[in-house]
Amino acid sequence: MNFFSKLYYVFRKAWKAVRLYLVLAGPGIVVMVADNDAGGITTYAATGAKYGYHLIWFLLILIPVAYYVQEMTVRLGAVTKRGLAEAIFDGFGAFWGWFSLLDLMIVDWLTLITEFIGMTAALAIFGVPPWLTVVAVIALMGVIVLNGRYWTFEKLALLFCALNLVYIPGAFLVHPSVQDVVHQGLIPNLAGGFNGQLFFFLMANIGTTIAPWMLFFQQSAVVDKGMLEKDIPWGRFDTLLGSIVTVVVAVFIVIVTGTVLPGIDIDSASQAAAELMKTDRYVGAFLAIGLFDAGLLGAICISLASSWAFGEIFGWAHSLNTKIRQAPWFYATYFLMLVSSGLVVLIPHAPLVLITLFVQVIAVTLLPAALVFLILLLNDRAAVGEYCNTAAQNFVGGCIVVLIVILSTLYGITVMFPNLIH
Amino acid sequence: MKALGTLISKIREINSRYRAPRIQMSPAVRVSLMALRVYLFALVGLMVYKFVVLVTGS
Repeated sequence: MNFFSKLYYVFRKAWKAVRLYLVLAGPGIVVMVADNDAGGITTYAATGAKYGYHLIWFLLILIPVAYYVQEMTVRLGAVTKRGLAEAIFDGFGAFWGWFSLLDLMIVDWLTLITEFIGMTAALAIFGVPPWLTVVAVIALMGVIVLNGRYWTFEKLALLFCALNLVYIPGAFLVHPSVQDVVHQGLIPNLAGGFNGQLFFFLMANIGTTIAPWMLFFQQSAVVDKGMLEKDIPWGRFDTLLGSIVTVVVAVFIVIVTGTVLPGIDIDSASQAAAELMKTDRYVGAFLAIGLFDAGLLGAICISLASSWAFGEIFGWAHSLNTKIRQAPWFYATYFLMLVSSGLVVLIPHAPLVLITLFVQVIAVTLLPAALVFLILLLNDRAAVGEYCNTAAQNFVGGCIVVLIVILSTLYGITVMFPNLIH
Repeated sequence: MKALGTLISKIREINSRYRAPRIQMSPAVRVSLMALRVYLFALVGLMVYKFVVLVTGS
């Protein structure tokens, strides 16, 4: 009897913890899964098709890197109750503030275009015309944010996050060899030796796992959700879970294309979906649905990251808990970003490839800057008190920044001068 | 025109509000910001060069 009462007590305690997590879950898992956006799906699909399972180990390394970087935004947001844009203005003055804000706006707008490219291409596979996709997406995203509650937005976003898991059954449908996945994927190796192309793929995978908008989004979401210092442990757990889920989904995408499309050069995820349709209709459909979902989730988060940042700096009401009348500029920025980027995709012969290229290069300039500001702000004891970075955290954070600065500089150079590294 | 004037005055207000950095400029902060400037200038320089090459086609 004593055993059963103890078991019941443990169960009740665990259930209480799960319920508490479900209340506090959101910013971490949403931002991490949204990171698997249209560009991310394309990168993972291309990686699997090019290198098979050989780079899975590299993706797994990105779990702690992504967690480490995003965890800092949880602490900073929960303690200071301000978004990263406002924190940079306040901490480093107007020059660095405007630099970060304008860079964020440009990179977000260009990334939004790539999300629309992904969504229109995904639904084109099912015969939906691009204009209809753009109109439907803008309407759907309007419904999601205009209800005047952060909670509703977050739970709907979590639903789209769950849809992102569609790649897992997709991978089982193609019957990969588990032995090959374990042997080739989990033992670190550089397929075919280190060369310019492999370097490009490694950097593209880093670039899709850690993006500048993610830092701004998660910190603003933590503030809008009203998380407090006591919620930081749950925020950390949420971020860790999100970083695991995002990499697991990436691994399953690599498994799908690595199994079905080995050795094929993939330029876009929609091309991969169309190729997969030829071999397995359902897997192709899964990839297309996943691509649309990824683009949608990415678009919601990216446009919100910009709207929150502008609201913080210009002093406009900037919460999803406000109605459109209370925060007209916040919602105007949100829709302006969405509509203008959606329209670009509909322009005949728009330089979409060039835009995709620019997204990568401009994101490269903002990421190290945003990371440096984040670490310096987390060392400002006057602002964050006991939640200040420890020496170990600074060492790990510093190493990540230095590594990203070196690699992203090389990546920027290879994107701009592709013939430089062979 | 009035909207533009309002925007400019708002930007001026933001600039004056955040004129001085609040963070104490310790040597570590100064070095970090200087390194960031160098990095950004180098990368922006490369981008400008690439743009010129693209436009002139040389």
